[in-house]
Amino acid sequence: MSEVKEKILNEEDQKISVESGEGASDNVLEVKHLCKYFPIKAGLFGRVVGHVHAVEDVSFTLKRGTTMGLVGESGCGKTTIGKTILDLTPKTSGEVIFNGNVHLDKMSSKELRAFRPKIQIIFQDPYSSLSPRLPVGEIIGEAVREHNLVPPEEFDDYITRIMEACGLHDYQKDRYPHEFSGGQRQRICIARAVALNPDFIVCDEPVSALDVSIQAQIINLLEDLQEKFNLTYLFISHDLSVVQHISDTVGVMYLGNMVEYASKEEIFANPLHPYTQALFSAIPVPDPTIKMNRIILEGSIPSPSNPPSGCKFHTRCRNCKGVCRKMAPRTMDMGNGHTVACHIYDPESGYATEEESKPEE
Amino acid sequence: MSKKDTNFISAREARKISKENNKILKKLDGRLSRKNVPESEYLTTMKDPGNVVEFDDLHTYFFTDVGTVHAVDGVSFNVPAGKTVGIVGESGCGKSVTSLSLMQLLQRPTGQIVSGEIRLNLGDKAYDVAKMPIDAMRNIRGNVVSMIFQEPMTSLNPVFRIGFQLDEVIKLHNTGMSDEEVKQRSIDAIKMVGIPDAEGIYSRYPHELSGGMRQRIVIAMALVCNPRVIIADEPTTALDVTIQAQILELLRKLKGEINASIMLITHDLGVIAEMADYVVVMYAGRVVEKGLANEVFLDPRHPYTIGLMESKPVINKKVDRLYSIPGSVPNPINMPDYCYFRDRCEKCVARCEGKYPPECHVTDTHIVSCWRYFDETKGGTGR
Ligand SMILES: Nc1ncnc2c1ncn2[C@@H]1O[C@H](COP(=O)(O)OP(=O)(O)OP(=O)(O)O)[C@@H](O)[C@H]1O
Ligand SMILES: Nc1ncnc2c1ncn2[C@@H]1O[C@H](COP(=O)(O)OP(=O)(O)O)[C@@H](O)[C@H]1O
Ligand code: SF4
Ligand code: SF4
Ligand SMILES: [Mg+2]
Ligand SMILES: [Mg+2]
Repeated sequence: MSEVKEKILNEEDQKISVESGEGASDNVLEVKHLCKYFPIKAGLFGRVVGHVHAVEDVSFTLKRGTTMGLVGESGCGKTTIGKTILDLTPKTSGEVIFNGNVHLDKMSSKELRAFRPKIQIIFQDPYSSLSPRLPVGEIIGEAVREHNLVPPEEFDDYITRIMEACGLHDYQKDRYPHEFSGGQRQRICIARAVALNPDFIVCDEPVSALDVSIQAQIINLLEDLQEKFNLTYLFISHDLSVVQHISDTVGVMYLGNMVEYASKEEIFANPLHPYTQALFSAIPVPDPTIKMNRIILEGSIPSPSNPPSGCKFHTRCRNCKGVCRKMAPRTMDMGNGHTVACHIYDPESGYATEEESKPEE
Repeated sequence: MSKKDTNFISAREARKISKENNKILKKLDGRLSRKNVPESEYLTTMKDPGNVVEFDDLHTYFFTDVGTVHAVDGVSFNVPAGKTVGIVGESGCGKSVTSLSLMQLLQRPTGQIVSGEIRLNLGDKAYDVAKMPIDAMRNIRGNVVSMIFQEPMTSLNPVFRIGFQLDEVIKLHNTGMSDEEVKQRSIDAIKMVGIPDAEGIYSRYPHELSGGMRQRIVIAMALVCNPRVIIADEPTTALDVTIQAQILELLRKLKGEINASIMLITHDLGVIAEMADYVVVMYAGRVVEKGLANEVFLDPRHPYTIGLMESKPVINKKVDRLYSIPGSVPNPINMPDYCYFRDRCEKCVARCEGKYPPECHVTDTHIVSCWRYFDETKGGTGR
């Protein structure tokens, strides 16, 4: 029994690992019990009638120079995690710690201004996130100048260097975003982020809007820049093959919860959560001779404003039993940093001894 | 680079182009708009009666103010009865324009079929869609050929109930059917696409359904008149993977039941591999490779096909660095007179200096337009 208790992730464990850890700044990012609820407003006066639990009790750590992939279906809270981590939208509760001791919500506005460049975000849609009225050199350099990151006499050279690192050309500085293709615009967004010499970049579906051949260029670019500048990425995508290619660790989200987290090798070789298993089996493989042993999930993704009781996945889970409808599963540590939130792996849940039962409609 | 290659042209040039366009379009569009055209004008015969559609050297252009966009520039391939043909290629390569040509749903008057044939097999006779006036096309659309779009809301009207919209489609092609019969057929169609509580869904509005359910309704709408060909243009691109898996499973199941052919358009090679019997690879408005799915996937020949396959990360297949095809697609207004892929090709041979490569038959069914295979296939014929 005590062994089981130790398996359950709790704050104590994490504190110890941070304090006794090999240099706290090894972890670029620690997220602890992060929650984000959006109010649902109704009626004339915008009375709050409930909350969308967009992110619920999510914890993970990200080591410097690594990439964590975040996967899950639309509306499961991937973008919201990215935005709350960067405090672009305020969190409801939980802790977000950068470089071992930086809490954005405890900083003065001056400190915050100085730290902001260290954490950047790249969005899916490179069209809407670039100002159409500024030439590209200015788009990339604006914040660099604002934060005085390089002396004025080196500014031009610096922007040229960054543009070249991102596969853009010096002579394109005076051109405007509409003169560029989708892939080139994404390069501009990346250059703008990298120019600020960040530690950490949230990449929110950076290649989803691009064609395969352009995708490959951007993925290669992100990998090159990571190596060159020792960057840390949170890479959000619903494309699992891209995530498998680029990530070191992978978190799987379902309706606001992180249901499974492990190293890439571990999670793809040995997916434990029934949702992860179904998700991975649904990926179309470009080889007509491979017939996938596909798990087709019934029904649609439930609304996050009115999630199912107990385990949120129980309405579509083929392994669902009575306990799953009543009780939310705990997050279990299965060893090697592989965590999973499912009653099957919790010996205390009573799942193993319960009779089979069909999921309710 | 000369000024001509850039995207900018002077106002004078634009006016001149626009005047010329008007002249051409008046002629082309005028032909389409005619009423009561005798059937004999567009009757034709299939090359092979086993095909439902034969695209034969189709050219579809857009006459814009900056010049003529050669969106489809000599496309030929067949859609055999009861088979799924997957059309794959990058954004802008002409996949949608090819299928919109078959439906005659091109944006008028700028978009026009300028030459080639699209032979459509109606069983007892065959029509050349490229010659059909809009008027006659109305009876074909939705009845013989129907279409499923990427975004289900483009085919559903938000202000009408699901049932009403299905009923309309059925009534349009089955005048004389009683209201009860129509309703029953709609409900059967909803059941067929695997939605529980069909009667309840019949009286709901589109926005009350999830994305996956809406796409099922659109599929029901496409099937309800027993078409011979269904065009599915990126039918799952807007959906999540688990929902995509449901829809693909459904399409596979339905294909067996209704014996229609499917033209499946997608940029996802994985979806094609899973669904298609035949594969057509398009690049810059032309077919560069086509064949049985196994031939194209297991033995890709065209340097573009090979590049496309290597640039996509594949689950459980580890590569250190993804291949990326150098360069970019040529400007569709100024296509070169040599192989359209040559400026990006890393496998050029001496012959590539010449004109656009001919079709080379690697096997009877596997055809590739690339000079590399010209000698091997004895001048293209494969014999
Ligand atoms: N209405 C239009 N006016 C002018 N050019 C057009 C029009 N519609 C399409 N084109 C051009 O025709 C070419 C082929 O477009 P098409 O929509 O068939 O591409 P596609 O292969 O379906 O791409 P995607 O994967 O992005 O849907 C492109 O160069 C496009 O810019
Ligand atoms: N500003 C907002 N106001 C209310 N609800 C929101 C807002 N942003 C996101 N949500 C909701 O939170 C959930 C998670 O959204 P998001 O993080 O964007 O999902 P993903 O990026 O995984 O597709 C969704 O149900 C979404 O509708
Ligand atoms: S807790 Fe139950 S319903 Fe949830 S994933 Fe595990 S088995 Fe399925
Ligand atoms: S014809 Fe020549 S240039 Fe064109 S794809 Fe083949 S090898 Fe490359
Ligand atoms: Mg998102
Ligand atoms: Mg298209």
